[in-house]
Amino acid sequence: MLSVHLILFLAFGAVAVAGAVNLLAQTHPINSALSLIAVMAALAGEYMLLGAEFLAAVQVIVYAGAIMVLFVFTIMLLNAGVEERTKGSRVATMFGIPGVLLGSVLLGWVVLRHSGTEAVAAGALPGAPAVIGQLLFHEFLLPFEITSILILIAIMGAVVLASKPPSAPARKVD
Amino acid sequence: MVPLSYYLVLSGILFACGVVGFLIKRNIITIFMSIELMLNGVNLSFVAFAAHWHALAGQVFVFFVMVVAAAEAAVGLAIIIAVYRNRETLNVDQVNLLKL
Repeated sequence: MLSVHLILFLAFGAVAVAGAVNLLAQTHPINSALSLIAVMAALAGEYMLLGAEFLAAVQVIVYAGAIMVLFVFTIMLLNAGVEERTKGSRVATMFGIPGVLLGSVLLGWVVLRHSGTEAVAAGALPGAPAVIGQLLFHEFLLPFEITSILILIAIMGAVVLASKPPSAPARKVD
Repeated sequence: MVPLSYYLVLSGILFACGVVGFLIKRNIITIFMSIELMLNGVNLSFVAFAAHWHALAGQVFVFFVMVVAAAEAAVGLAIIIAVYRNRETLNVDQVNLLKL
């Protein structure tokens, strides 16, 4: 019997997988970026089903919002066009495709058969911002502070990398 | 009620799509987007396990993964801009020297 929860899971999962496959199928990076946004939005729905409301909001704001805007901005800045396909090696195709099929069948069988017969209930866990904040600022205070330093270093690194290299001695102004 | 394994299979599919994109794509920006797809797949399994084991720490880890992904996107895109400025191309087949 299909419960509402399962139907929602399947719907969001179908959108996510379709977006991921579309990301691979498209040749223009802007189309890939838009399908990646669809994947992220669908994953936000999955997080809601798992009761992680805070993460669903952060997923939409940070991932689908901030990071993807950065990607789209770069694509437009560099005026990226349709990519040229190059031929991969024949050996990789010969062994890769059967290997991937075998591996995924094996993995799917193991996961479906031997793990998690217990169902995950909707909202089984309180994922409210208050609870997450308690945990974040008590138990995970040190990692939190370290990531803030990491972000600072990343911003400085991005500025240094993306700024124009100092050109040859500047011309004298008459 | 959805079994935990369904979430794991979905997360595995997304991760595999990311790996395939990383290997077959030739545009450096699309390759970078495939990495983000892999991170998203792993995040989903983190949240599913957090709900399964009633351990809220899993959701905090996802939060940290998102923060690191944001930092990574900023630095990575800056590197892409630097590569494009030096090479005038986004095709990874033509960026085959360590020297810029």
